[in-house]
Amino acid sequence: MSAIVNLSRRGFLKAGIAAGGGLLLGFHVPVSRRWAVAATARSEQATLNSWVRIARDGTVTVIVGQSEMGQGIMTSIPMIIADELEAEWSKVRVEQAPADPAYGDPMRGGEQSTNGSRSIRNMLTLWRRAGAAAREMLVTAAAKEWNVPVEECIAEQNVVTHRPSGRKLTYGELADKAAQLPAPKEPKLKSPEQFRFIGKAVARVDTPEKVTGRGIYGIDVKVPGMLIATVQRCPVFGGKVASYDATKAKAVKGMRQVVQISSGVAVVADSYWAAKKGRDALKITWDEGPNAQLSSAEITRIYAETAKQSGPAARKEGDAAAALTAATKTMDAVYEVPFLAHATMEPMNCTAHVRKDNCEVWVGTQNQTGTQRTAMRISGFPREAVTVNTMLLGGGFGRRGEQDFVADAVETSKAVNRPVKVIWSREDDVRHGHYRPATYNVFRAALDERGTPVAWLHRIVAPSIGVQHGRQLQDGIDSLMTEGAANLPYTIANLQVEYIYKDLGIPVGFWRSVGASQNAFITESFIDELAAAAGKDAFEFRRDLLTKAARHKGVLELAAEKSDWGKPLPQGRFRGIAVAFSYGSYASEVVEVSIEKDGKVRVHRVVCALDCGTFINPDTVKAQVEGSIVWGLTAALYGAITIDKGRVQQSNFHDYPMLRMNEMPTVEIHIVPSNAPAGGVGEPGVPPLAPAVCNAIFAGTGKRIRKLPIRAEELRSS
Amino acid sequence: MIPIIVNDKRHQVDVDFDTPLLWVLRENLNLTGTKFGCGIAQCGACTVHLDGQPIRSCVTQIGSVKGKKITTIEGLSPDGNHPLQKAWIAEEVPQCGYCQSGQIMSAAAMLAAKPKPSDADIDAAMSGNICRCGTYQRIRRAIHRAAGTLALGGAK
Repeated sequence: MSAIVNLSRRGFLKAGIAAGGGLLLGFHVPVSRRWAVAATARSEQATLNSWVRIARDGTVTVIVGQSEMGQGIMTSIPMIIADELEAEWSKVRVEQAPADPAYGDPMRGGEQSTNGSRSIRNMLTLWRRAGAAAREMLVTAAAKEWNVPVEECIAEQNVVTHRPSGRKLTYGELADKAAQLPAPKEPKLKSPEQFRFIGKAVARVDTPEKVTGRGIYGIDVKVPGMLIATVQRCPVFGGKVASYDATKAKAVKGMRQVVQISSGVAVVADSYWAAKKGRDALKITWDEGPNAQLSSAEITRIYAETAKQSGPAARKEGDAAAALTAATKTMDAVYEVPFLAHATMEPMNCTAHVRKDNCEVWVGTQNQTGTQRTAMRISGFPREAVTVNTMLLGGGFGRRGEQDFVADAVETSKAVNRPVKVIWSREDDVRHGHYRPATYNVFRAALDERGTPVAWLHRIVAPSIGVQHGRQLQDGIDSLMTEGAANLPYTIANLQVEYIYKDLGIPVGFWRSVGASQNAFITESFIDELAAAAGKDAFEFRRDLLTKAARHKGVLELAAEKSDWGKPLPQGRFRGIAVAFSYGSYASEVVEVSIEKDGKVRVHRVVCALDCGTFINPDTVKAQVEGSIVWGLTAALYGAITIDKGRVQQSNFHDYPMLRMNEMPTVEIHIVPSNAPAGGVGEPGVPPLAPAVCNAIFAGTGKRIRKLPIRAEELRSS
Repeated sequence: MIPIIVNDKRHQVDVDFDTPLLWVLRENLNLTGTKFGCGIAQCGACTVHLDGQPIRSCVTQIGSVKGKKITTIEGLSPDGNHPLQKAWIAEEVPQCGYCQSGQIMSAAAMLAAKPKPSDADIDAAMSGNICRCGTYQRIRRAIHRAAGTLALGGAK
């Protein structure tokens, strides 16, 4: 745990902010006043540490280093800090931090990023200590003022009271003096029963801005003198510009400049529409590179061929090969999942201004550290000269941790010497993603005479998200690709999970719940196959195998109970169940489906039990799981990015469809009360959804879905 | 110059006739509450009202709305107190929030025509608006709350 320091004494934050110039999102001030307020008010505030400033009027400003992408972090961090600080909630304001190591995650080497459902998981204690330290400094300041023992003073609702005498001083009155004190090394934290905000449903601070259109997302940024650009990338992955002719593009009204950048050709104009028209008028000759003939069929063929050999084991217990040879009843299956795009509602965009001696970036990013480094690399400026202003994110889901759109903006601004906002079209977004990897999975399992699984062999053929993001395989394994498979929770004596690395040139990335998203579908479907082969109930079969996985079993039983598992359903409705661990949390889901004559699957109800340990805001937790279920269902029913001639065949929401209102099931979420360490919340609801749906389809039709997305034509009644 | 009326204010904008209304609102009038999502009328993020009817501003050429009354999320209510905006807050609907201007504009047009909507009415009116965060269940409840029709539908 990193120490909390009094930054006003060190003068550190002041320097950081001055270099940053700080775009600040004060949620309680009108948008037009934000910049001015941020610039003027700070001098009247006392900085107690990186996260807390207190103004003379008692306003408590909590500085948030994480990105708000819908998960409610702009409310959760202030709740945590205000709880330990004993702040009055109505006096709490929120401000977005600059890119600054002060806001980095100590458990991630100081990286300032928002991903992996890990903000609360990794930094809850850090923020609690920040709040508690500030409270102790205020109490100490009051005790000094009154010349009384600290123990006689108590902090509550922005006021310190000297209990014996009843004297009171407000936080506003104490702030300047408190800021002169050293930060306590070991501030005393509350016990959970003392929490006032943590664990309670607190209204989100960002909601009013989001229902009035006032919230400023990256795409809404406007800076003086700004131009708008779009970038034409090579449609084939790995291809490059050979030559281009911008004569017609330059004739478009409102066009300014056409420049080649590393990702393609940037068309810079006064408006988006002019830039788009200009881009449409470009004539580009591409060097399509080595992937020009690649197709999804070819990828599958190569994967299948690769899967014939064994690969490095991510987990090995007992001797699966021997047990399979000796077994009387074995089962084989092949499971496949496609590439998937994130399709955040806000297309990728970034605004950058490379000036003579500094660079400023405005962007909805999930990785401030990465954005700052990208801008440093391109601009050539040191960190102190590169400011990153984090805007609201119109969806992240892993896509906004990438830096391709940042590079576009910084390179283009540098080339044209003006502030530039680069906007991707939806087509750019769908065709130039960092996709959830397509994977190919071979299973072989054995059951004994009582129907108990005695061997499990799972071979995964897939590219590596890690390798594409600069990491190395560990003994041949990318754990991002085996998560949710290598940690199979069931007790099976002979178990082997292998991974074979096969990269065929398609960019892959972190897609909400990452490896667990596909591996839960694959393993929870195959375990369902084993249950059916053993002639056992899908819930009971799982429960009986979860002998060493108490929390898996807990959510499985809760989901079964709340969904009336085993009780009769109306004619034509069927249930399926699945359970999965991901990102520190356990989730089990039971779905009810019906299948229409044309094979279309209708999901009517989803019951989810979630054990995420300690949680901050229960309503936010529920919202995240509701969203995870829609995310998982969209992928199961529709999600497929396919490749032909090295290009993505899909382009927009008509051919890469999303779940819509008329398809929305009823969703019920049950959170397990717990004081266990905080688990993740943004992702763990995703993995169990697809297998639960497919298992329900099997229950209804006897047809096993081994390849996503679910295809209606395979389920049509004859 | 093309004359347009947005949120009861008259403007003259100097753009090509084929420029989508969306980009005029966002870039010429600084009304950034209306969002760009797909550009082909598939997602509803750009929904505004044209003489009270919901339209997709991303495919509506500015030349076709000359002199007509356009209402955006910024003009839906003077200070964010439209019953739907209040219901959206009460139900904590938004997550990332990017699609919510469009969702609210679609819902407002529906309620104006159908003050007591059923779940089926909501499906019909709202299925053109995509929410990637998956807030549909809360949107449904918020509409029922605003309409005083929670008894008619919506998940508990």
